[in-house]
Amino acid sequence: MKQRRTTSVIASACLLLSLVASVALLRHTDQLRPQSTLDEVLYVSSPKALKRASLGYDGLLADIYWTRAVQYFGFRHHNQATSFNLLAPLLEITTQLDPHLVVAYEFGANFVAPAPPNGAGQPDRAIRLMEFGIQNNHDNWKLYYDLGFVYYMTLHDYKKASEAFDRGSRVPNAHPFLRLLAAQMAEHAGDFNTARMMWSATYQNNQDQLIRQNAMEHLRALRVDEDVMNLQQAVTRFGERTGRLPASAAELANAEGLPGIPLDPDRHPYKLTPEGRVEVRVPDDFPFATRGLPPGYKPQPKFHSQER
Amino acid sequence: MRARVAHIASNTFREAVRDRVLYNLIAFAVLLSGAAILVGQISIDIEKLVVINLGLTAVSLFGLVIAIFIGIGLVSKEIEKRTLYTVLSRPVRRWEFIVGKFFGLAGTLVVNTFFMAIGVFAALFYVSHKFVRADALILVALYFIVLEFLIICSLALLFSSFSSPLLSAVFAFSLFVIGSFAEDLRGFAGMAHGFTRWLATGAAYLVPNFSAFNVIGSVAHEQPVAAQLIWHNTLYALFYAAMVLSGAVLIFEHRNLK
Repeated sequence: MKQRRTTSVIASACLLLSLVASVALLRHTDQLRPQSTLDEVLYVSSPKALKRASLGYDGLLADIYWTRAVQYFGFRHHNQATSFNLLAPLLEITTQLDPHLVVAYEFGANFVAPAPPNGAGQPDRAIRLMEFGIQNNHDNWKLYYDLGFVYYMTLHDYKKASEAFDRGSRVPNAHPFLRLLAAQMAEHAGDFNTARMMWSATYQNNQDQLIRQNAMEHLRALRVDEDVMNLQQAVTRFGERTGRLPASAAELANAEGLPGIPLDPDRHPYKLTPEGRVEVRVPDDFPFATRGLPPGYKPQPKFHSQER
Repeated sequence: MRARVAHIASNTFREAVRDRVLYNLIAFAVLLSGAAILVGQISIDIEKLVVINLGLTAVSLFGLVIAIFIGIGLVSKEIEKRTLYTVLSRPVRRWEFIVGKFFGLAGTLVVNTFFMAIGVFAALFYVSHKFVRADALILVALYFIVLEFLIICSLALLFSSFSSPLLSAVFAFSLFVIGSFAEDLRGFAGMAHGFTRWLATGAAYLVPNFSAFNVIGSVAHEQPVAAQLIWHNTLYALFYAAMVLSGAVLIFEHRNLK
Protein backbone atom coordinates (compact mmCIF):
# COMPACT_ATOMS: atom_id res chain seq x y z
CA MET A 1 0.00 0.00 0.00
CA LYS A 2 2.80 2.35 1.03
CA GLN A 3 4.77 1.43 -2.07
CA ARG A 4 1.79 2.25 -4.31
CA ARG A 5 1.38 5.61 -2.65
CA THR A 6 5.07 6.40 -3.17
CA THR A 7 4.77 5.48 -6.85
CA SER A 8 1.69 7.71 -7.19
CA VAL A 9 3.46 10.67 -5.60
CA ILE A 10 6.54 10.23 -7.80
CA ALA A 11 4.40 9.81 -10.94
CA SER A 12 2.36 12.94 -10.09
CA ALA A 13 5.52 14.94 -9.48
CA CYS A 14 7.01 13.71 -12.79
CA LEU A 15 3.80 14.61 -14.60
CA LEU A 16 3.76 18.16 -13.22
CA LEU A 17 7.47 18.67 -13.80
CA SER A 18 7.30 17.42 -17.39
CA LEU A 19 4.27 19.60 -18.08
CA VAL A 20 5.97 22.72 -16.75
CA ALA A 21 9.18 21.88 -18.63
CA SER A 22 7.41 21.27 -21.94
CA VAL A 23 5.39 24.50 -21.66
CA ALA A 24 8.54 26.46 -20.80
CA LEU A 25 10.40 24.90 -23.73
CA LEU A 26 7.57 25.70 -26.14
CA ARG A 27 7.50 29.32 -25.00
CA HIS A 28 11.25 29.51 -25.49
CA THR A 29 10.94 27.95 -28.96
CA ASP A 30 8.27 30.52 -29.87
CA GLN A 31 10.70 33.28 -28.96
CA LEU A 32 13.36 31.71 -31.18
CA ARG A 33 10.93 31.61 -34.11
CA PRO A 34 8.78 34.75 -33.82
CA GLN A 35 7.60 34.49 -37.44
CA SER A 36 6.64 30.84 -37.37
CA THR A 37 6.12 29.18 -40.73
CA LEU A 38 2.50 28.38 -39.88
CA ASP A 39 1.68 32.03 -40.24
CA GLU A 40 2.39 32.09 -43.96
CA VAL A 41 1.22 28.65 -44.95
CA LEU A 42 -1.96 27.73 -46.73
CA TYR A 43 -1.90 23.96 -46.99
CA VAL A 44 -4.95 23.68 -49.22
CA SER A 45 -5.33 26.70 -51.45
CA SER A 46 -8.21 25.45 -53.58
CA PRO A 47 -11.60 26.52 -52.18
CA LYS A 48 -13.29 23.82 -54.25
CA ALA A 49 -11.09 21.08 -52.81
CA LEU A 50 -11.80 22.36 -49.30
CA LYS A 51 -15.53 22.47 -49.95
CA ARG A 52 -15.43 18.82 -51.04
CA ALA A 53 -13.29 17.82 -48.09
CA SER A 54 -15.70 19.47 -45.64
CA LEU A 55 -18.22 16.64 -46.27
CA GLY A 56 -21.05 19.14 -46.29
CA TYR A 57 -19.97 20.96 -43.13
CA ASP A 58 -18.72 23.91 -45.20
CA GLY A 59 -20.41 26.50 -42.98
CA LEU A 60 -18.25 25.57 -40.03
CA LEU A 61 -15.12 25.47 -42.18
CA ALA A 62 -15.96 28.95 -43.51
CA ASP A 63 -16.21 30.26 -39.94
CA ILE A 64 -12.80 28.75 -39.17
CA TYR A 65 -11.23 30.34 -42.25
CA TRP A 66 -12.87 33.70 -41.49
CA THR A 67 -11.42 33.65 -37.98
CA ARG A 68 -8.05 32.71 -39.45
CA ALA A 69 -8.21 35.59 -41.95
CA VAL A 70 -8.96 38.15 -39.24
CA GLN A 71 -6.28 36.76 -36.95
CA TYR A 72 -3.76 36.68 -39.80
CA PHE A 73 -4.34 40.33 -40.69
CA GLY A 74 -4.64 41.50 -37.08
CA PHE A 75 -1.46 39.71 -36.00
CA ARG A 76 0.63 40.89 -38.94
CA HIS A 77 -0.74 44.42 -38.78
CA HIS A 78 0.04 44.54 -35.07
CA ASN A 79 3.60 43.40 -35.85
CA GLN A 80 3.88 46.11 -38.51
CA ALA A 81 4.28 43.61 -41.34
CA THR A 82 4.44 45.07 -44.82
CA SER A 83 2.93 42.15 -46.74
CA PHE A 84 -0.37 40.33 -46.39
CA ASN A 85 -0.01 37.71 -49.10
CA LEU A 86 -2.46 35.24 -47.53
CA LEU A 87 -5.27 37.68 -46.83
CA ALA A 88 -6.90 37.52 -50.26
CA PRO A 89 -6.70 33.70 -50.58
CA LEU A 90 -8.04 33.25 -47.05
CA LEU A 91 -11.00 35.50 -47.77
CA GLU A 92 -11.58 33.83 -51.14
CA ILE A 93 -11.69 30.41 -49.48
CA THR A 94 -13.98 31.74 -46.74
CA THR A 95 -16.46 33.20 -49.21
CA GLN A 96 -16.39 30.18 -51.51
CA LEU A 97 -17.21 27.98 -48.53
CA ASP A 98 -19.93 30.35 -47.36
CA PRO A 99 -20.92 32.82 -50.11
CA HIS A 100 -23.36 34.57 -47.74
CA LEU A 101 -20.76 35.61 -45.17
CA VAL A 102 -21.10 39.34 -45.93
CA VAL A 103 -18.67 40.45 -43.24
CA ALA A 104 -15.82 38.71 -45.11
CA TYR A 105 -16.48 40.77 -48.26
CA GLU A 106 -16.56 43.97 -46.22
CA PHE A 107 -13.24 43.05 -44.64
CA GLY A 108 -11.81 42.35 -48.09
CA ALA A 109 -12.91 45.74 -49.44
CA ASN A 110 -11.18 47.49 -46.55
CA PHE A 111 -7.95 45.51 -46.28
CA VAL A 112 -7.23 43.61 -49.52
CA ALA A 113 -7.28 46.65 -51.80
CA PRO A 114 -5.20 49.33 -49.99
CA ALA A 115 -1.47 49.37 -50.62
CA PRO A 116 0.88 47.99 -47.93
CA PRO A 117 1.35 48.59 -45.04
CA ASN A 118 -2.38 49.25 -44.65
CA GLY A 119 -3.55 46.35 -46.78
CA ALA A 120 -2.51 43.64 -49.19
CA GLY A 121 -2.28 46.02 -52.17
CA GLN A 122 -4.38 43.80 -54.43
CA PRO A 123 -7.32 45.94 -55.64
CA ASP A 124 -8.06 43.58 -58.55
CA ARG A 125 -8.59 40.66 -56.17
CA ALA A 126 -10.66 42.88 -53.89
CA ILE A 127 -12.91 43.78 -56.83
CA ARG A 128 -13.21 40.11 -57.87
CA LEU A 129 -14.15 39.27 -54.28
CA MET A 130 -16.80 42.01 -54.20
CA GLU A 131 -18.26 40.96 -57.56
CA PHE A 132 -18.46 37.37 -56.29
CA GLY A 133 -20.22 38.67 -53.19
CA ILE A 134 -22.70 40.68 -55.26
CA GLN A 135 -23.34 37.66 -57.49
CA ASN A 136 -24.31 35.61 -54.42
CA ASN A 137 -26.00 38.36 -52.40
CA HIS A 138 -27.38 40.65 -55.10
CA ASP A 139 -29.94 42.24 -52.75
CA ASN A 140 -27.33 43.43 -50.23
CA TRP A 141 -26.63 47.14 -50.88
CA LYS A 142 -23.58 47.14 -48.59
CA LEU A 143 -21.62 45.05 -51.10
CA TYR A 144 -22.22 47.58 -53.90
CA TYR A 145 -21.09 50.29 -51.52
CA ASP A 146 -17.93 48.32 -50.74
CA LEU A 147 -17.23 47.81 -54.44
CA GLY A 148 -17.61 51.52 -55.11
CA PHE A 149 -15.44 52.18 -52.07
CA VAL A 150 -12.55 50.15 -53.57
CA TYR A 151 -12.88 51.96 -56.91
CA TYR A 152 -12.99 55.34 -55.18
CA MET A 153 -10.41 54.99 -52.44
CA THR A 154 -7.77 52.74 -53.96
CA LEU A 155 -8.09 53.00 -57.72
CA HIS A 156 -9.48 56.56 -57.84
CA ASP A 157 -11.69 55.38 -60.68
CA TYR A 158 -14.61 57.69 -59.98
CA LYS A 159 -16.63 56.58 -62.99
CA LYS A 160 -16.60 52.95 -61.93
CA ALA A 161 -17.27 53.99 -58.33
CA SER A 162 -20.28 55.98 -59.48
CA GLU A 163 -21.54 52.97 -61.45
CA ALA A 164 -21.20 50.69 -58.42
CA PHE A 165 -23.09 53.13 -56.17
CA ASP A 166 -25.74 53.55 -58.85
CA ARG A 167 -26.20 49.75 -59.12
CA GLY A 168 -26.48 49.56 -55.35
CA SER A 169 -29.03 52.37 -55.16
CA ARG A 170 -31.42 50.27 -57.27
CA VAL A 171 -31.41 47.39 -54.78
CA PRO A 172 -34.62 47.22 -52.73
CA ASN A 173 -34.19 48.82 -49.28
CA ALA A 174 -30.84 50.33 -50.28
CA HIS A 175 -29.55 53.12 -48.07
CA PRO A 176 -30.50 56.54 -49.60
CA PHE A 177 -26.92 57.81 -49.45
CA LEU A 178 -25.94 55.45 -52.28
CA ARG A 179 -27.91 57.59 -54.75
CA LEU A 180 -26.25 60.67 -53.28
CA LEU A 181 -22.80 59.10 -53.56
CA ALA A 182 -23.42 58.11 -57.17
CA ALA A 183 -24.24 61.74 -57.98
CA GLN A 184 -21.42 63.10 -55.82
CA MET A 185 -18.85 61.00 -57.69
CA ALA A 186 -19.69 62.73 -60.95
CA GLU A 187 -19.13 66.27 -59.64
CA HIS A 188 -16.98 66.27 -56.51
CA ALA A 189 -15.10 62.98 -56.68
CA GLY A 190 -11.81 64.15 -55.20
CA ASP A 191 -12.92 66.58 -52.49
CA PHE A 192 -12.67 66.20 -48.74
CA ASN A 193 -16.40 66.15 -48.09
CA THR A 194 -16.97 63.18 -50.38
CA ALA A 195 -14.12 61.24 -48.80
CA ARG A 196 -15.40 62.14 -45.34
CA MET A 197 -18.88 60.97 -46.28
CA MET A 198 -17.48 57.63 -47.50
CA TRP A 199 -15.41 56.95 -44.39
CA SER A 200 -18.22 58.04 -42.07
CA ALA A 201 -20.58 55.65 -43.86
CA THR A 202 -18.03 52.85 -43.52
CA TYR A 203 -17.63 53.61 -39.83
CA GLN A 204 -21.37 53.73 -39.16
CA ASN A 205 -22.37 50.69 -41.20
CA ASN A 206 -19.84 48.21 -39.88
CA GLN A 207 -19.59 46.30 -36.64
CA ASP A 208 -16.11 44.91 -37.27
CA GLN A 209 -13.61 46.56 -34.91
CA LEU A 210 -10.72 46.58 -37.39
CA ILE A 211 -12.84 48.11 -40.16
CA ARG A 212 -14.21 50.76 -37.79
CA GLN A 213 -10.75 51.63 -36.45
CA ASN A 214 -9.44 51.88 -40.01
CA ALA A 215 -12.30 54.24 -40.94
CA MET A 216 -11.67 56.30 -37.81
CA GLU A 217 -7.96 56.68 -38.67
CA HIS A 218 -8.87 57.84 -42.17
CA LEU A 219 -11.37 60.37 -40.80
CA ARG A 220 -8.68 61.77 -38.48
CA ALA A 221 -6.21 61.90 -41.35
CA LEU A 222 -8.73 63.68 -43.58
CA ARG A 223 -9.16 66.40 -40.96
CA VAL A 224 -5.39 66.83 -40.74
CA ASP A 225 -5.10 67.01 -44.55
CA GLU A 226 -7.83 69.63 -44.77
CA ASP A 227 -6.48 71.68 -41.84
CA VAL A 228 -2.93 71.64 -43.22
CA MET A 229 -4.15 72.60 -46.69
CA ASN A 230 -6.09 75.57 -45.28
CA LEU A 231 -3.21 76.67 -43.04
CA GLN A 232 -0.73 76.36 -45.90
CA GLN A 233 -2.98 78.64 -48.00
CA ALA A 234 -3.02 81.06 -45.06
CA VAL A 235 0.81 81.03 -45.02
CA THR A 236 0.84 81.86 -48.74
CA ARG A 237 -1.66 84.70 -48.20
CA PHE A 238 0.48 86.03 -45.32
CA GLY A 239 3.58 85.97 -47.56
CA GLU A 240 1.78 87.78 -50.35
CA ARG A 241 0.57 90.45 -47.91
CA THR A 242 3.79 91.02 -45.91
CA GLY A 243 6.55 89.77 -48.18
CA ARG A 244 7.85 87.39 -45.49
CA LEU A 245 6.92 84.15 -43.77
CA PRO A 246 5.06 84.24 -40.44
CA ALA A 247 7.50 83.92 -37.51
CA SER A 248 5.25 81.49 -35.62
CA ALA A 249 1.93 79.67 -35.79
CA ALA A 250 0.60 82.19 -33.28
CA GLU A 251 1.44 85.10 -35.61
CA LEU A 252 -0.27 83.30 -38.48
CA ALA A 253 -3.37 82.67 -36.39
CA ASN A 254 -3.41 86.28 -35.32
CA ALA A 255 -3.09 87.52 -38.90
CA GLU A 256 -5.96 85.25 -40.02
CA GLY A 257 -8.14 86.36 -37.13
CA LEU A 258 -8.31 82.88 -35.62
CA PRO A 259 -9.07 82.51 -31.86
CA GLY A 260 -5.87 80.52 -31.30
CA ILE A 261 -3.36 78.18 -32.93
CA PRO A 262 -5.42 75.52 -34.74
CA LEU A 263 -5.34 72.08 -33.09
CA ASP A 264 -5.08 68.67 -34.71
CA PRO A 265 -7.61 65.89 -33.82
CA ASP A 266 -5.41 64.97 -30.82
CA ARG A 267 -5.63 68.57 -29.54
CA HIS A 268 -1.96 69.27 -30.34
CA PRO A 269 -1.31 72.65 -31.99
CA TYR A 270 -0.02 72.51 -35.56
CA LYS A 271 3.56 73.71 -35.85
CA LEU A 272 5.04 76.06 -38.41
CA THR A 273 8.61 75.31 -39.59
CA PRO A 274 11.10 78.13 -40.37
CA GLU A 275 10.63 77.20 -44.07
CA GLY A 276 6.91 78.02 -43.77
CA ARG A 277 5.67 74.42 -43.78
CA VAL A 278 2.71 73.48 -41.57
CA GLU A 279 3.25 70.15 -39.81
CA VAL A 280 1.58 67.98 -37.18
CA ARG A 281 3.40 67.54 -33.85
CA VAL A 282 3.23 63.70 -33.77
CA PRO A 283 3.15 62.32 -37.33
CA ASP A 284 2.95 58.71 -36.05
CA ASP A 285 -0.53 59.48 -34.72
CA PHE A 286 -1.86 60.07 -38.26
CA PRO A 287 -0.65 57.14 -40.37
CA PHE A 288 -2.99 57.93 -43.27
CA ALA A 289 -2.35 61.67 -43.46
CA THR A 290 -0.85 62.87 -46.73
CA ARG A 291 -0.10 66.47 -45.68
CA GLY A 292 1.60 68.07 -42.70
CA LEU A 293 4.30 65.40 -42.45
CA PRO A 294 8.05 66.08 -42.17
CA PRO A 295 9.95 65.58 -45.46
CA GLY A 296 10.97 61.93 -45.98
CA TYR A 297 8.69 60.70 -43.22
CA LYS A 298 7.51 57.08 -43.60
CA PRO A 299 4.17 56.36 -41.88
CA GLN A 300 3.89 53.42 -39.50
CA PRO A 301 0.63 51.39 -39.69
CA LYS A 302 -1.13 51.93 -36.39
CA PHE A 303 -4.69 52.05 -35.11
CA HIS A 304 -5.84 54.20 -32.21
CA SER A 305 -8.75 53.39 -29.94
CA GLN A 306 -12.13 54.56 -31.24
CA GLU A 307 -12.86 56.69 -28.21
CA ARG A 308 -10.31 59.27 -29.24
CA MET B 1 -46.16 -9.11 -35.08
CA ARG B 2 -46.26 -5.43 -34.20
CA ALA B 3 -45.89 -6.25 -30.51
CA ARG B 4 -42.81 -8.39 -31.18
CA VAL B 5 -41.13 -5.66 -33.22
CA ALA B 6 -41.99 -3.10 -30.53
CA HIS B 7 -40.59 -5.39 -27.86
CA ILE B 8 -37.27 -5.86 -29.67
CA ALA B 9 -37.13 -2.11 -30.35
CA SER B 10 -37.68 -1.21 -26.70
CA ASN B 11 -35.06 -3.75 -25.61
CA THR B 12 -32.59 -2.34 -28.11
CA PHE B 13 -33.32 1.17 -26.89
CA ARG B 14 -32.86 0.11 -23.25
CA GLU B 15 -29.61 -1.66 -24.05
CA ALA B 16 -28.30 1.33 -26.00
CA VAL B 17 -29.05 3.89 -23.31
CA ARG B 18 -27.20 1.72 -20.81
CA ASP B 19 -24.05 2.06 -22.89
CA ARG B 20 -21.59 4.40 -21.19
CA VAL B 21 -19.98 5.38 -24.49
CA LEU B 22 -23.29 6.90 -25.52
CA TYR B 23 -23.32 9.27 -22.56
CA ASN B 24 -19.72 10.24 -23.18
CA LEU B 25 -20.54 11.14 -26.76
CA ILE B 26 -23.66 13.12 -25.84
CA ALA B 27 -21.76 14.94 -23.10
CA PHE B 28 -19.02 15.74 -25.57
CA ALA B 29 -21.49 17.05 -28.16
CA VAL B 30 -23.20 19.25 -25.57
CA LEU B 31 -19.78 20.44 -24.39
CA LEU B 32 -18.86 21.31 -27.96
CA SER B 33 -22.07 23.31 -28.34
CA GLY B 34 -21.10 25.16 -25.18
CA ALA B 35 -17.59 25.67 -26.52
CA ALA B 36 -19.20 27.29 -29.55
CA ILE B 37 -19.85 30.28 -27.27
CA LEU B 38 -16.12 30.67 -26.66
CA VAL B 39 -15.22 30.09 -30.30
CA GLY B 40 -17.94 32.57 -31.28
CA GLN B 41 -16.31 35.25 -29.17
CA ILE B 42 -13.07 35.10 -31.16
CA SER B 43 -14.94 34.91 -34.47
CA ILE B 44 -15.50 38.59 -35.13
CA ASP B 45 -19.12 39.51 -35.96
CA ILE B 46 -20.31 35.97 -36.49
CA GLU B 47 -20.86 34.70 -32.94
CA LYS B 48 -24.37 33.45 -33.61
CA LEU B 49 -23.35 31.93 -36.92
CA VAL B 50 -20.55 29.99 -35.24
CA VAL B 51 -22.84 28.75 -32.47
CA ILE B 52 -25.32 27.41 -35.04
CA ASN B 53 -22.70 25.98 -37.39
CA LEU B 54 -20.57 24.38 -34.70
CA GLY B 55 -23.55 23.21 -32.63
CA LEU B 56 -25.38 21.54 -35.51
CA THR B 57 -22.16 20.06 -36.91
CA ALA B 58 -21.46 18.55 -33.48
CA VAL B 59 -24.98 17.09 -33.31
CA SER B 60 -24.60 15.66 -36.78
CA LEU B 61 -21.09 14.22 -36.39
CA PHE B 62 -21.59 12.78 -32.90
CA GLY B 63 -24.94 11.34 -33.92
CA LEU B 64 -23.22 9.76 -36.89
CA VAL B 65 -20.57 8.21 -34.64
CA ILE B 66 -23.25 6.97 -32.23
CA ALA B 67 -25.33 5.53 -35.10
CA ILE B 68 -22.36 3.69 -36.55
CA PHE B 69 -20.84 2.42 -33.33
CA ILE B 70 -24.08 1.18 -31.85
CA GLY B 71 -25.53 0.03 -35.18
CA ILE B 72 -22.58 -2.15 -36.16
CA GLY B 73 -22.86 -4.27 -33.02
CA LEU B 74 -26.60 -4.76 -33.09
CA VAL B 75 -26.58 -8.11 -34.85
CA SER B 76 -23.00 -9.30 -34.54
CA LYS B 77 -22.95 -8.75 -30.76
CA GLU B 78 -26.12 -10.80 -30.40
CA ILE B 79 -24.49 -13.62 -32.36
CA GLU B 80 -21.27 -13.34 -30.39
CA LYS B 81 -23.08 -13.43 -27.04
CA ARG B 82 -25.36 -16.16 -28.38
CA THR B 83 -28.42 -14.22 -27.19
CA LEU B 84 -29.70 -14.21 -30.77
CA TYR B 85 -30.44 -17.94 -30.53
CA THR B 86 -32.58 -17.37 -27.46
CA VAL B 87 -34.52 -14.66 -29.28
CA LEU B 88 -34.97 -16.65 -32.46
CA SER B 89 -35.97 -19.79 -30.60
CA ARG B 90 -39.11 -17.89 -29.60
CA PRO B 91 -41.83 -17.08 -32.11
CA VAL B 92 -39.83 -14.20 -33.53
CA ARG B 93 -39.20 -14.00 -37.26
CA ARG B 94 -35.74 -12.91 -38.41
CA TRP B 95 -37.09 -9.86 -40.25
CA GLU B 96 -38.91 -8.80 -37.09
CA PHE B 97 -35.61 -8.92 -35.25
CA ILE B 98 -33.92 -6.66 -37.85
CA VAL B 99 -36.81 -4.19 -38.04
CA GLY B 100 -37.08 -4.08 -34.22
CA LYS B 101 -33.36 -3.39 -33.94
CA PHE B 102 -33.67 -0.58 -36.46
CA PHE B 103 -36.51 1.12 -34.60
CA GLY B 104 -34.71 0.72 -31.30
CA LEU B 105 -31.58 2.37 -32.64
CA ALA B 106 -33.57 5.08 -34.43
CA GLY B 107 -35.41 5.83 -31.19
CA THR B 108 -32.11 6.08 -29.33
CA LEU B 109 -30.81 8.55 -31.88
CA VAL B 110 -33.95 10.69 -31.79
CA VAL B 111 -33.68 10.95 -28.00
CA ASN B 112 -29.94 11.73 -28.26
CA THR B 113 -30.57 14.40 -30.85
CA PHE B 114 -33.22 15.92 -28.59
CA PHE B 115 -30.72 16.28 -25.74
CA MET B 116 -27.97 17.56 -28.00
CA ALA B 117 -30.43 20.07 -29.52
CA ILE B 118 -31.18 21.40 -26.03
CA GLY B 119 -27.44 22.07 -25.74
CA VAL B 120 -27.41 23.95 -29.05
CA PHE B 121 -30.45 26.07 -28.15
CA ALA B 122 -29.04 26.82 -24.70
CA ALA B 123 -25.77 28.02 -26.30
CA LEU B 124 -27.75 30.09 -28.79
CA PHE B 125 -29.81 31.69 -26.05
CA TYR B 126 -26.65 32.49 -24.11
CA VAL B 127 -25.20 34.31 -27.13
CA SER B 128 -28.35 36.06 -28.43
CA HIS B 129 -30.22 36.51 -25.09
CA LYS B 130 -33.45 35.84 -26.99
CA PHE B 131 -34.94 33.61 -29.65
CA VAL B 132 -36.21 35.01 -32.92
CA ARG B 133 -38.65 33.45 -35.37
CA ALA B 134 -35.79 32.48 -37.74
CA ASP B 135 -34.29 30.29 -35.01
CA ALA B 136 -37.14 27.86 -35.64
CA LEU B 137 -35.33 26.98 -38.87
CA ILE B 138 -32.75 25.20 -36.73
CA LEU B 139 -35.46 22.65 -36.01
CA VAL B 140 -35.65 21.90 -39.74
CA ALA B 141 -31.89 21.36 -39.85
CA LEU B 142 -32.18 19.05 -36.82
CA TYR B 143 -35.02 17.16 -38.51
CA PHE B 144 -32.83 16.63 -41.59
CA ILE B 145 -30.01 15.43 -39.34
CA VAL B 146 -32.40 12.85 -37.82
CA LEU B 147 -33.36 11.73 -41.34
CA GLU B 148 -29.66 11.28 -42.09
CA PHE B 149 -29.37 9.15 -38.95
CA LEU B 150 -32.18 6.89 -40.17
CA ILE B 151 -30.22 6.14 -43.32
CA ILE B 152 -26.97 5.63 -41.41
CA CYS B 153 -28.76 3.34 -38.91
CA SER B 154 -30.10 1.17 -41.69
CA LEU B 155 -26.66 0.99 -43.34
CA ALA B 156 -24.93 0.06 -40.09
CA LEU B 157 -27.55 -2.61 -39.55
CA LEU B 158 -27.13 -3.93 -43.09
CA PHE B 159 -23.38 -4.33 -42.66
CA SER B 160 -23.83 -5.73 -39.18
CA SER B 161 -26.06 -8.46 -40.58
CA PHE B 162 -23.22 -10.10 -42.52
CA SER B 163 -19.91 -8.58 -41.42
CA SER B 164 -17.69 -8.08 -38.39
CA PRO B 165 -18.12 -4.90 -36.29
CA LEU B 166 -14.83 -3.42 -37.50
CA LEU B 167 -15.56 -3.93 -41.18
CA SER B 168 -19.15 -2.75 -40.69
CA ALA B 169 -17.86 0.50 -39.19
CA VAL B 170 -15.47 0.99 -42.11
CA PHE B 171 -18.20 0.26 -44.67
CA ALA B 172 -20.77 2.51 -43.01
CA PHE B 173 -18.40 5.43 -42.61
CA SER B 174 -17.12 5.02 -46.17
CA LEU B 175 -20.68 5.14 -47.46
CA PHE B 176 -21.27 8.30 -45.47
CA VAL B 177 -18.22 9.89 -47.14
CA ILE B 178 -19.23 8.65 -50.59
CA GLY B 179 -22.79 9.82 -49.94
CA SER B 180 -21.45 13.31 -49.26
CA PHE B 181 -19.90 13.21 -52.75
CA ALA B 182 -23.02 11.78 -54.43
CA GLU B 183 -23.68 14.95 -56.40
CA ASP B 184 -20.10 14.98 -57.71
CA LEU B 185 -20.54 11.37 -58.71
CA ARG B 186 -23.63 12.35 -60.68
CA GLY B 187 -21.68 15.20 -62.29
CA PHE B 188 -18.95 12.72 -63.23
CA ALA B 189 -21.59 10.40 -64.73
CA GLY B 190 -22.89 13.30 -66.81
CA MET B 191 -19.45 13.82 -68.33
CA ALA B 192 -18.69 10.13 -68.93
CA HIS B 193 -19.72 8.09 -71.99
CA GLY B 194 -20.87 4.55 -72.75
CA PHE B 195 -20.58 1.88 -70.09
CA THR B 196 -18.76 4.16 -67.62
CA ARG B 197 -21.69 6.55 -67.76
CA TRP B 198 -24.14 3.77 -66.90
CA LEU B 199 -21.91 2.52 -64.13
CA ALA B 200 -21.34 5.96 -62.62
CA THR B 201 -25.03 6.89 -62.87
CA GLY B 202 -25.98 3.62 -61.19
CA ALA B 203 -23.49 4.16 -58.40
CA ALA B 204 -24.59 7.79 -57.95
CA TYR B 205 -28.20 6.74 -57.43
CA LEU B 206 -27.34 3.71 -55.32
CA VAL B 207 -25.25 5.49 -52.69
CA PRO B 208 -27.17 7.67 -50.23
CA ASN B 209 -27.27 11.33 -51.19
CA PHE B 210 -26.51 13.26 -48.01
CA SER B 211 -25.85 16.65 -49.57
CA ALA B 212 -29.57 17.53 -49.80
CA PHE B 213 -29.91 16.94 -46.05
CA ASN B 214 -27.29 19.48 -45.12
CA VAL B 215 -29.01 22.83 -44.63
CA ILE B 216 -26.87 23.94 -41.68
CA GLY B 217 -25.22 26.72 -43.69
CA SER B 218 -28.43 28.22 -45.02
CA VAL B 219 -30.23 27.90 -41.68
CA ALA B 220 -27.32 29.72 -40.00
CA HIS B 221 -27.95 32.61 -42.43
CA GLU B 222 -31.67 32.51 -41.59
CA GLN B 223 -32.57 31.44 -45.12
CA PRO B 224 -35.88 29.56 -45.28
CA VAL B 225 -35.96 25.91 -46.30
CA ALA B 226 -38.48 25.05 -49.04
CA ALA B 227 -41.41 22.95 -47.82
CA GLN B 228 -40.98 20.80 -50.90
CA LEU B 229 -37.42 19.96 -49.86
CA ILE B 230 -38.70 18.87 -46.45
CA TRP B 231 -41.17 16.51 -48.13
CA HIS B 232 -38.66 15.20 -50.64
CA ASN B 233 -36.02 14.55 -48.00
CA THR B 234 -38.52 12.85 -45.69
CA LEU B 235 -39.72 10.52 -48.43
CA TYR B 236 -36.20 9.90 -49.71
CA ALA B 237 -34.91 8.98 -46.24
CA LEU B 238 -37.88 6.67 -45.62
CA PHE B 239 -37.58 4.93 -48.99
CA TYR B 240 -33.81 4.63 -48.76
CA ALA B 241 -33.88 3.27 -45.20
CA ALA B 242 -36.65 0.84 -46.25
CA MET B 243 -34.54 -0.29 -49.21
CA VAL B 244 -31.44 -0.89 -47.08
CA LEU B 245 -33.45 -2.59 -44.34
CA SER B 246 -35.00 -4.90 -46.94
CA GLY B 247 -31.47 -5.77 -48.04
CA ALA B 248 -30.49 -6.45 -44.44
CA VAL B 249 -33.57 -8.65 -43.97
CA LEU B 250 -32.79 -10.58 -47.16
CA ILE B 251 -29.20 -11.24 -46.08
CA PHE B 252 -30.15 -12.12 -42.52
CA GLU B 253 -32.95 -14.43 -43.63
CA HIS B 254 -30.51 -16.48 -45.70
CA ARG B 255 -27.63 -16.35 -43.27
CA ASN B 256 -26.54 -19.61 -41.77
CA LEU B 257 -26.44 -18.99 -38.04
CA LYS B 258 -25.26 -22.44 -37.03
